[in-house]
Amino acid sequence: MKKLLKLFLVGLVVTSLAVAAAGCGGEKKQEPAGKKDQPAAPPAKKKVVLASDTAYAPFESQDPKTGKYVGFDIDLVNAVAEVANLEIEIRSMNFDGIIPALETASVDGAISAMTITDKRKEKVNFSVPYYLSGQSIAVRADNDKIKGWDDLKGRKLGVQISTTGADEARKIPNAKVTDYNTINEAFMALKSGAVEAVVNDYPVNAYFAKQNKDKDVKLVGDLKTSEHYGIAFPKKNTELLETFNKALKTLKENGKYAEIYKKWFGADPPAYLPGEPK
Amino acid sequence: MEVVKQTFHILLIGAGVTLQITVISVAIGCVLGLAVGLARLSGIRMLRLAATAYVDFFRGTPLLVQIFIVYYGLPYLFKEIQAYLMANFDMPQILTTYALPVFLAAVIACSLNSAAYIAEIFRAGVQSIEKGQMEAARSLGMTSSQAMRFVILPQAVKRVIPPLGNEFIAMLKDTSLLSVIGFEELTRKGQLIVGQTYVAFPVWLTVAFLYLAMTFCFSRLVDYAERRLKTGD
Repeated sequence: MKKLLKLFLVGLVVTSLAVAAAGCGGEKKQEPAGKKDQPAAPPAKKKVVLASDTAYAPFESQDPKTGKYVGFDIDLVNAVAEVANLEIEIRSMNFDGIIPALETASVDGAISAMTITDKRKEKVNFSVPYYLSGQSIAVRADNDKIKGWDDLKGRKLGVQISTTGADEARKIPNAKVTDYNTINEAFMALKSGAVEAVVNDYPVNAYFAKQNKDKDVKLVGDLKTSEHYGIAFPKKNTELLETFNKALKTLKENGKYAEIYKKWFGADPPAYLPGEPK
Repeated sequence: MEVVKQTFHILLIGAGVTLQITVISVAIGCVLGLAVGLARLSGIRMLRLAATAYVDFFRGTPLLVQIFIVYYGLPYLFKEIQAYLMANFDMPQILTTYALPVFLAAVIACSLNSAAYIAEIFRAGVQSIEKGQMEAARSLGMTSSQAMRFVILPQAVKRVIPPLGNEFIAMLKDTSLLSVIGFEELTRKGQLIVGQTYVAFPVWLTVAFLYLAMTFCFSRLVDYAERRLKTGD
């Protein structure tokens, strides 16, 4: 019996070592493969890993049929990749984990419909603004009590954790705010009645109200804030930030940005985007 | 560190909520688990089968999924059932919101899960008592339920204290999964603080320390209870 146990333990150690070795080997192999390329081939593309909370349609979501990530942000970084000759990998993570991941440089950057705020700027760098957004209110279609921001006092509100919507909701007196990990969970809570309103970025609320097949969600009130989205990078990596800013400028000049914008939002973008507002 | 100092009281509240939900869930789990555990040993075949199915389901699926089913699945079920009743039996609409309060959903998910593990603990405890005990009690004229209640269970309870303590500690840690439905226990409080301040490592270390402090105290408590009960042997 003891022998059997010993044998099993040895087997376990050997297997785990083999797996570890295979893991290391796999990563190493990529470099020589690149070097072996024919001289005629274009230089190997630099790989850039971007974090994204990929449950935020229409900016980033997973196509249920193909399993690929789609959305405005995704199209935009793919266009950037083409201009700057980069290879982009989108890494899906929770929104509240993105800034800590950038701080430790676990990822090269993040595109996740992230508003440029002073608080975030202390931790990360942002590209030039690439989208103009604002906070809006979504309620159930049968709700006739909440008509605007003033009606939110003392209500049960749903938000996504760590978003500017969560900050905005917490400013409302006596409101009971529940933070959900993804915005879709907040929408589900809205539909079931666990919360009375969802405070979130306008385009995402509008997209959900339109796409949701039960048609039981509507938007009320005006946009409260005007916020700019930026692509975030670790403080140290200013080189990549420059590359992206330059590429965004090119996309603005050659009309590709406006084309992507129109595809997802059906309208022309504000003239200054992507770039600083005047 | 500054952030930890400023937010420590929030984390303490979270720790309190964690402890509260664990105590409630394991308490309900004990009652339900004892019933299911005895049903597993019952002579009635249907009862035995039902109890086995219950244990298999809740031990065989992740608690995280069970939490999702209770919090997001049940409201959907309520809605569908009401729609069906309204369409077919002219029932007036009673519910307009279908959501469970998050605390209730948390208690339901955790206690159902806990009950499955505790059922197995009780079953093993009862089965570990020598057959002779039951035979002796029966020969004194007790019915089998009397024998179970006055002879077998008191001895079994003593033996199940250590595994029950284990289950409590496991549940205390597993309640961190409730953070996914926005239930503000210790882990969620930590997540919210990190989400607002972007200070990750010190906050998570503090959260881990608070869990450790709770489980450590509880292990010592179980050790003590075990020693006290042993002196009776």
